[in-house]
Amino acid sequence: MIEVHQLTKRYGPTVAVSEISFEASKGEVLGFLGPNGAGKTTTMRVITGYLPPTSGKVTVAGYDVEEESIEARRHTGYLPESPPVYPEMKVSEYLAFVGRIKGVPRGELRKRVDEVSEKCAIADVQSRQIGKLSKGYRQRVGLAQALIHNPDVLILDEPTAGLDPKQIHETRDLIRGLSGEHTVVLSTHILPEVSKTCDRVVVINAGKVAAVGTPDELTQRLQGFESVLVTAEGPREEIKARLERVEGVSRVEESDGANGRATFEVHATKEKDVRAELARAVVESQWRLLELRTSGMSLEDIFLKLTTHEEQIKN
Amino acid sequence: MRNILAVAGKELRAYFHSPIAYLVLAIYSGLCGFFFYSFVATYIVQVFRMMEMGGMGGPSPNVNEWIIRPLFEGILTVVLLILVPLITMRLFAEEKRSGTIELLLTSPLTDFQIIMGKFLGALGLYIVLMILTFIYIAFLFIYGNPNALPLLANALGLLLFGAGLLALGMWISSFTKNQIIAGAVAFAVFLLLYVSNWVDAYSSSNAGKVFSYLSLTTHFDNFAKGVIDLSDVVYYVSVIVIGLFLTARSLEALKGRP
Repeated sequence: MIEVHQLTKRYGPTVAVSEISFEASKGEVLGFLGPNGAGKTTTMRVITGYLPPTSGKVTVAGYDVEEESIEARRHTGYLPESPPVYPEMKVSEYLAFVGRIKGVPRGELRKRVDEVSEKCAIADVQSRQIGKLSKGYRQRVGLAQALIHNPDVLILDEPTAGLDPKQIHETRDLIRGLSGEHTVVLSTHILPEVSKTCDRVVVINAGKVAAVGTPDELTQRLQGFESVLVTAEGPREEIKARLERVEGVSRVEESDGANGRATFEVHATKEKDVRAELARAVVESQWRLLELRTSGMSLEDIFLKLTTHEEQIKN
Repeated sequence: MRNILAVAGKELRAYFHSPIAYLVLAIYSGLCGFFFYSFVATYIVQVFRMMEMGGMGGPSPNVNEWIIRPLFEGILTVVLLILVPLITMRLFAEEKRSGTIELLLTSPLTDFQIIMGKFLGALGLYIVLMILTFIYIAFLFIYGNPNALPLLANALGLLLFGAGLLALGMWISSFTKNQIIAGAVAFAVFLLLYVSNWVDAYSSSNAGKVFSYLSLTTHFDNFAKGVIDLSDVVYYVSVIVIGLFLTARSLEALKGRP
């Protein structure tokens, strides 16, 4: 549905995006993950036809975004980072206007406005002025705007930025509900979002693709970085030495140690669960094991690893 | 066409949703009313004076020459130099500031449709101003007997003059995110175009002739007298076309680099 091939975008001498390629198939939710300034917004703007690519080829629904721009735009719905709303307009008036310029036939306009309002849970504010709505509502009006002409492709730039946790949850559910019918590309720098909403993830860093895969795949590839926190009572040096001898342990760092207790951060090598062995080692040596837990490699950690240790990921 | 009208309707509604339309209408009708009253009063004094001098039976002074012409040439054009920037300054600047320009440029609209839509929307408000003017003029028909035909030339002149300014103002608005800057620069440019025929007074070089030709005032003269001269029409239509064309170029540049 979306094909990005060797896309490069330069602003004068600065390269925003360099030779990135990926595709999204029909009905898929593709997450676009990367730190701020990585080139997410630039890439999305090229896909939506807002910016021309410097080189490379981008097609949406089979239409080249440069050569057949109008056709491509007809098949694209776009929610920029800040919802492109006119604060002085009423919600229904705004959606009708967007519907008209996106080519919704006049007879269906009223129906479409009601449909998307229903879908985005803004039916109750249809007659309110957009400028007087809360940020969450405004975001949903932005989303409704992107959906008004029932596009094949939806491009959402940080759709949950600035929302409260409940609204974030609702927006994610909404996006999940859109998959299947629409191909969705959403950008984010918030990681839980990716595992909760996306089928596939493109990690982008400094204008280049750092990794592509399902959220599970990405997590698995990084399991090797997992570390275990061990807290025990006993002679510090000896414990450390003993833990280091456990098979599969690559490195032990002392992280804390008050009141005769010592906490160690144990790094294991890839594809090896060392927790059972660590527990046994401590207990068998007659020290008192107080706590043992994985430091739970959060998605945030994975993200950091991905964007700071690209070369390790690529193997 | 449907797309153009959609954009134009949106622009026109935006004026009336905000204080701008009411402010412009109030300033315009206030100033216009004051000057109209002044010219009418002067005219009446003149008529009395002629009667005192024993001009009974002679033709009374021409209403078109004494009221309409000075109102159009001396006053309305100057008022518009200030009011048109108020109308045009938001056209693109506001869309750029609020990010809604991204909505327009990623919709299946051509640049031409966006520009024409905006231009016609602004022209819509301007035509409301013109209607106000002609309400004043209508009073002259109730109490006097002005010539109707020269009024057509007056109306056409005012329309072309305003449309030219609107097109240039829209172009200037596409440079910036800041409405104040867009408005101020537009005013400066309009004023310069308005007085550039002053060059005539001290220069007879070719450059001087060009400046004089470019002046908005030079070409309004005939219209104010009630005469439609094709070369004046060509001038104003050229200003409009150039304004629209430059806006299109500016929009292209905008896409190349936000």
